[in-house]
Amino acid sequence: MAEEEYYDSELSDKQKKEIAKWFLLNSPAGEIQYIAKDLKSVLNDERVYNEAAQEAFPLYNKSHLISLELPDRSGDVLITPYNELDKNEYLDPRDAQVATVNHVKQVCTEARPAVDEELPSPYIEEYRYALDAEMLKYVGEAYPKGVCSVYCVNGKDVEGPGSNFELVVVISAVKQSPKNFCNGSWRSVWNIEFKDEVQVLVIRGKIQVGAHYFEEGNVQLDAKNECKVETKFQAPEESAHSIANIIRHHEAEYLASLEASYSNLPDTTFKDLRRKLPVTRTLFPWHNTSQFSLTRDIQKELGIGK
Amino acid sequence: MEAAMGLMRRIHPKQSETALSALINLLPHHSSDLLSQVDQALQVLCDVDCGKEFILCEYNRDADSYRSPWSNKYHPPLEDALYPSLELRKLEIEANEVFAVYRDQYYEGGISSVYLWEDDDNEGFVACFLIKKDGSKTGHGRRGYLQEGAWEAIHVIQVGPEEEGTAHYCLTSTIMLSLTTNDESSGTFSLSGSIRRQMNMDLAIADGHLCNMGRMIEEMEGKLRNSLDQVYFGKTKEMVCTLRPPAEVVMRLPNS
Repeated sequence: MAEEEYYDSELSDKQKKEIAKWFLLNSPAGEIQYIAKDLKSVLNDERVYNEAAQEAFPLYNKSHLISLELPDRSGDVLITPYNELDKNEYLDPRDAQVATVNHVKQVCTEARPAVDEELPSPYIEEYRYALDAEMLKYVGEAYPKGVCSVYCVNGKDVEGPGSNFELVVVISAVKQSPKNFCNGSWRSVWNIEFKDEVQVLVIRGKIQVGAHYFEEGNVQLDAKNECKVETKFQAPEESAHSIANIIRHHEAEYLASLEASYSNLPDTTFKDLRRKLPVTRTLFPWHNTSQFSLTRDIQKELGIGK
Repeated sequence: MEAAMGLMRRIHPKQSETALSALINLLPHHSSDLLSQVDQALQVLCDVDCGKEFILCEYNRDADSYRSPWSNKYHPPLEDALYPSLELRKLEIEANEVFAVYRDQYYEGGISSVYLWEDDDNEGFVACFLIKKDGSKTGHGRRGYLQEGAWEAIHVIQVGPEEEGTAHYCLTSTIMLSLTTNDESSGTFSLSGSIRRQMNMDLAIADGHLCNMGRMIEEMEGKLRNSLDQVYFGKTKEMVCTLRPPAEVVMRLPNS
């Protein structure tokens, strides 16, 4: 049978590396180090593991929008695809710093002041700064442990009115309580296109929520939501204010819809998998099952039923 | 092996099949351990004799063929295959009939199969009760809420020999499930997972083995369903509300 084939075909290092990468990339939020530990002992091959880790960790860190503490403990830097200057360098526009990170260890090793070319123009910075201030306020209120940042992803060198540009708001909140066998993450990415010629802001949001509970079992929640809203192009402060209001409103509504999905479970959605009680609303009559075979025999004799 | 099980405990339930085959490839000498300790998605075949579907598992497999509980025939046909004794087969037929009614009352659809075989180690026998239900709106979902919904239950009961009118029953149950709802305003919402529990009982066999096994399974399924709903789903909800607590009062003030 299939088992024998496994013995015959020794995996190449390349195949092993691909498998290792798959496990790392598919780690639940906040659990990659645990996966890495088990994976190392399953692989039993330091070199293959290291190669896989070098490739997988940066991708995982960026897609999970992890936040790392700056070496001087002055704050956090988010690891995202939007502020990546180099493989190991991430911009922190709030403090105009560039953090060097060790992806595999998931630590920030040093920070240096950003140079002018890495930062947006003063015109863009006005919009970015105003939005960052609004988001800090909102995230501080809404997320007990949230980290946020605002980046310019398009047109960072625009000098003044007349050109389009695009900002992105990233919000990341992670909660890990391995002692309670529970981990979770909330990730929001809001892209805001500033369309100069039509004086419109196009706002696109993507929210991803995951939770994992694994005490004597393995249950995971995955929820995703996308939306698109348009609003007026205004001065930096006014724009920031209306964007923050839209994000606040939408995220609150989304949380309410998640709660509604949960409260619908017992009586609607979960019922379609298995009812709490039988259709008869009484426990199954195991003591009296002979009646089932009996009715079936009669049906057969009379030629009714199936 | 311990590390492999650690990985299985963390990897997403929807990816457990991929993870299992990856682990078997990495640890070929542990493949039989892995296959027996990790529950896999249940497959189904159609009995060519009666047109009814039956569930495949290790317990009705011989070589590459699977025995149908309906016709007692192997699919594909197999010479010198293993069959339960006549006495056990009689109980197996009855168990399949009754369990199908049970399944219909709780699941309003789905497929079930029961397999029995002699337990050479302790003079008793082993029974395996399986249920597979597609609760999606394109499957057997009566209410049509689920974009995707799967429930699989595996109950294995070891029944010891009769001693002074009672027998020892050891039930190991696994439930694997996934459900996804999807609508434009709230997006996709998906829960999936698996849990496994054990229950031991000494019961008088005056009521019959089927009655005893059935009651244990019913109690266990009820408990598992309840703990998935209350504990497991509840914990993930708690987690979401820890990440971003609902602040209804603050949120609603601006409108009033």
